[in-house]
Amino acid sequence: MSTPICTEIEQQFQNEPTPTPDAIQVSRRTFLAAATAVSAAATLPGIAHAQSHPELTRPITLKVNGTSKSLTLDTRTTLLDALREDLQLTGTKKGCDHGQCGACTVLLDGRRVNSCLTLAAAAEGAEITTIEGLAHGDGIDNLHPMQAAFLEHDGFQCGYCTPGQICSAVALIDEAKKGELSIVSFHSGNTTKPNMTDDEIRERMSGNICRCGAYPNIVAAVRAVARQQGVTA
Amino acid sequence: MNPFTYERATAPDAAIHSGTAPSTAFLAGGTNLIDLMKYGVEHFTTLVDINHIGLADVTSTPDGGVSIGALVRNSDLADHKLIVSQYPLLSQALLSGASPQLRNMATTGGNLLQRTRCYYFTDIAFPACNKRVPGSGCAAIKGYNRIHAILGQTDHGSTSAESCIATNPSDMCVAMSALGATVQVQGPKGKRSIPFGDFHRLPGKDPALDTTLRPDELILAVTLPPAKFSGNSYYLKSRDRNSYAFALISVAAGLELSGTTIKSAGLALGGVALKPWRSPEAEHALIGQPAIADTFRKAATLALAGAHGYEHNTFKIEMAKQGIVRALTVAAAGGTGVSA
Repeated sequence: MSTPICTEIEQQFQNEPTPTPDAIQVSRRTFLAAATAVSAAATLPGIAHAQSHPELTRPITLKVNGTSKSLTLDTRTTLLDALREDLQLTGTKKGCDHGQCGACTVLLDGRRVNSCLTLAAAAEGAEITTIEGLAHGDGIDNLHPMQAAFLEHDGFQCGYCTPGQICSAVALIDEAKKGELSIVSFHSGNTTKPNMTDDEIRERMSGNICRCGAYPNIVAAVRAVARQQGVTA
Repeated sequence: MNPFTYERATAPDAAIHSGTAPSTAFLAGGTNLIDLMKYGVEHFTTLVDINHIGLADVTSTPDGGVSIGALVRNSDLADHKLIVSQYPLLSQALLSGASPQLRNMATTGGNLLQRTRCYYFTDIAFPACNKRVPGSGCAAIKGYNRIHAILGQTDHGSTSAESCIATNPSDMCVAMSALGATVQVQGPKGKRSIPFGDFHRLPGKDPALDTTLRPDELILAVTLPPAKFSGNSYYLKSRDRNSYAFALISVAAGLELSGTTIKSAGLALGGVALKPWRSPEAEHALIGQPAIADTFRKAATLALAGAHGYEHNTFKIEMAKQGIVRALTVAAAGGTGVSA
């Protein structure tokens, strides 16, 4: 027979006095009351407050993937939340919501940005491109070359960071074509015409975190498109 | 995030007029402001979007320097031909910071106003932070202080209302400090120029304030004097991972050489103090000396004089000294084509 294992936490738990049925009743009632109060309060600062103060909402027209949509949004709405919650474009993902992971990457006038730190109101007037806007049409034959490369090179595992990775990589190729530099360009002494080596690709994709660790295949996908597009020597 | 009104300004004067209202912040790239508002650290009730007021150009100045508009994005500044060719130290510093996405958003003026990444400042669950809640103390002094200051901090104990050991997180500002930049600002009463060393503050007796910019002033531009270090400069950044992380220490080093003798030098450290830490003593000690390791080691010792570390960051003192020697060595050798 094995000795029963008792963890430190279980010991602490066992040392707690056993609650009486009354105590359980009280704590359950308290919990329910508190929960009701929280759910009521949760709607107040955002929706109800904003509705009673018209200046806290704003009519906003967003041009996403070539189509303009008019919305009335709380001024606090980020571009990420407007895309996902109001325009039902859920391809763009919310990871950290603080500009640290890159899952929310979209293109604003062709430049990659973190949509979680961009206010929807501030994005008015810009051409917004999301993962849904990259393919040329329906079906696997119409994928953007970067989407096709991620499929071919298996550049993902769970897929959650993938829309952000692909939007970021599309911008990377565009930046490389324009000769834009990275710190690797300086360290490799290649500041006149940067060459998209694996080191360059890793540095330029560093704003997109992949918790599954699919990095080798992500680099392979980007490298393949970089070669096709002539930005890797 | 607290509710706020949003308005767009279309010219600097209009923005400054709107900016005089209480609890108003200018919104540029938003990469730090929106982040801190989400965390409940900042609570402005009006945001004035200044992304459409101009001030987005890099231009040559009559004295042979450059003027960088406050709304020039970090990515555009790093890649601007004038900066890459004349001030590669600044390009390197910019490209060492954040990610491509963030650099596309972040502006020159916003980068100057970046707030510290001290964990006890950015997480409102911690009650003690003199910068966030004046008078509440400094949790970092006895806390996890790996990223904290070793120079210029105020430490009268963790319960003192004056204590603060936070650091400035910017890379761009370290290079601008070494390059001798000037910040051009405008408020309701007119324009003024702030030497770079006077723009950011040390905590002193009032850790709540990061800069000497007045609440109603708008940053218009940063001007750089004519380039002296274009052929011999290097930005070295040491951090916990190779990219997309804040500096443990960084070094901006620029040398003006005559043969192998140093005519003038610019030297500033990042990650060590609440402001970019320019060291006039170390710069002075370099002048007239041969550009060799022994000279650099003497400068490093002077730059770190008076440094004081804590439980988790004392390593920074030696790291900064070695970083200075390394950065000056690479700068003397031409500053490019070398991996740090």
